[in-house]
Amino acid sequence: MLIIIGMPIVQVLIFGFAITNEIKDVQIAIIDNSKDEVSREITQKLLSSEYFLLNSNLSDYNEIEESFRGGKIKEVIIFENDFAFKLQRDKSAQVQIIADASDPNMANIVVNYTASILKDYQRSYMAGKYIPVTIVPEIKMLYNEELKSVFMFLPRAITILLMLISAMMTSISIAREKELGTMEVLLVSPLKPMQIILGKVFPYIILGFINAVTILLLGYYVFGMPVQGNMILLLLEVLLFIIMALSLGILISTIAKTQQTAMIISLLGLMLPTILLSGFIFPLENMPIILQLIANLMPPKWFIIIIKAIMLKGIGIAFIWKETLILLGMTVIFIGLSVRNFKVRLE
Amino acid sequence: MNKQSVIVKNLSKSYNNKVALNNISFEVKKGELFGFIGPDGAGKTTLFRILATLLIPDEGSAIVESFDVIRDYKSIRKIVGYMPGRFSLYQDLSVEENLKFFATIFGTTIKENYELIKDIYVQIEPFKNRIAGKLSGGMKQKLALSCALIHRPKVLFLDEPTTGVDAVSRKEFWEMLKKLNEKGISIIVSTPYMDEARSCNRVALINNGEILSIDTPENIIMQNDQDILAVKTNDLYKLILDLRSYEKTDTAFLFGEYVHLCPIKPFKDLVLLEEYLQSKQHHDIIIKKIKPGIEDCFMKLMKRSI
Repeated sequence: MLIIIGMPIVQVLIFGFAITNEIKDVQIAIIDNSKDEVSREITQKLLSSEYFLLNSNLSDYNEIEESFRGGKIKEVIIFENDFAFKLQRDKSAQVQIIADASDPNMANIVVNYTASILKDYQRSYMAGKYIPVTIVPEIKMLYNEELKSVFMFLPRAITILLMLISAMMTSISIAREKELGTMEVLLVSPLKPMQIILGKVFPYIILGFINAVTILLLGYYVFGMPVQGNMILLLLEVLLFIIMALSLGILISTIAKTQQTAMIISLLGLMLPTILLSGFIFPLENMPIILQLIANLMPPKWFIIIIKAIMLKGIGIAFIWKETLILLGMTVIFIGLSVRNFKVRLE
Repeated sequence: MNKQSVIVKNLSKSYNNKVALNNISFEVKKGELFGFIGPDGAGKTTLFRILATLLIPDEGSAIVESFDVIRDYKSIRKIVGYMPGRFSLYQDLSVEENLKFFATIFGTTIKENYELIKDIYVQIEPFKNRIAGKLSGGMKQKLALSCALIHRPKVLFLDEPTTGVDAVSRKEFWEMLKKLNEKGISIIVSTPYMDEARSCNRVALINNGEILSIDTPENIIMQNDQDILAVKTNDLYKLILDLRSYEKTDTAFLFGEYVHLCPIKPFKDLVLLEEYLQSKQHHDIIIKKIKPGIEDCFMKLMKRSI
């Protein structure tokens, strides 16, 4: 009941606040090769726009790749040598914009905002002058040059599917035992609670894993989605996520008494927030702080970061150990809670 | 101590202030076939769940085969066979698969205890590849009993095993229970059908969470040895009302096409009653003296307890 009445409220709030294509405080890095008046002015203008935050000033091109891998920086802006001079003499100078396109929506928005700020500056620079000048933005999308949305979609599809199969199916299958009364008979047997749960869960580990591999294969052969990183690491992370989702499913089933409640809790309580708050549809960066904080509690958020990093950026465990640890911690908590909540009796 | 299979003392259990069991006590001897007879909602299922370690009583204690149902629930779960009132096997598994499954979770095999379930299992063996959900009511109960027996339990708890089962199967079922009983398994069974009480060694009449009487079926009937009257007229409904308002009536209940009348004092002459009924415009009056059945005793005890 609480869920049925509460969910619409939560959803309207989330939709209202989160569904906005505006950006705010996107972290960028700047390589300023000319360090002259104009480049400094443009930098100022960018940073004072509220859209961008300066994360770091880089000096070396080699650092670009690294800073993207860290995952915080969404865009790097590079001013060419003698920027002001070229603008004066050739009436044209180049700014290179490199965006992290492992999130194509985000990359598009960020690049467009940057370009329009550059245009704006260009207009004010020309004011009172007779000869037109142009600042030429040269845009490069890193990791996903063609901005293929399938690259975006696939990791998320894996996430949602695993969540669906693992969490929902487990919770339903255990609730089913309760509903049909078979749990009653199982309880009055020498079986330990752990054995009952493991028995219920094991098939879904395999099922979920097969599903994940199928999606990866489809992605590779049909959509040409590469796996840049270590395959074994990727599969291990997938396995970790499956186990996490399963333990969440068990936790739900310890609360739900019927299949229907289990389904409603999984669907409304897990799936929708998962879709909305994991950066699946709407960039997390643009949401109000509170929602961003809540999003941190959503396991899929971390998993999406992990598999995007491995598949698109080819990053090793060194860069994603933190996210992995978070997932691991969540798993342990969910399992602990389920074991505590599992009732060896009825009621 | 060791002669008793189940000892229950002052057991009480309520759900949200609704009393399901109110201070009940009884003992079941080893190798006894003990029946709980009572209407729906009498507290039978609650009692069985407490004995099967599935519920914790609010007050009182229950000992099964010298294990406490709260403290030693794990030991009890190894030695009892429990058959819930609702069909609780895997509907999507076949008959044989269900039996194998339950043999496995109790760490045994069908072969090992086949002799024990043979009599029952041969009746459903022709359908062993059919899925359990598609069996008839009687078949389902036979399968459930086989599954409850597969680990050779010391005590069997059967919660309304014959509810929703046809008359022939019910009779067969009780014959099987008697056979099992002869093999030394203590059986505690509940049923809303009073005619089944006769098959038990002893019965407890239970209503509204209280035990009205515990005795052998014969004794329960003997205690109420006064004759009762079966009355029939052209208008049964009016007859019950009229009989109940009759000054000499203790209880009057409808059994089939007759109203069983239990008088406060035995009638010396049936003419008075007939005259009374005639004065109430009843026709085709038939009045017979009959021996009370266990149903009559139950009704009487129930009336008294209210």
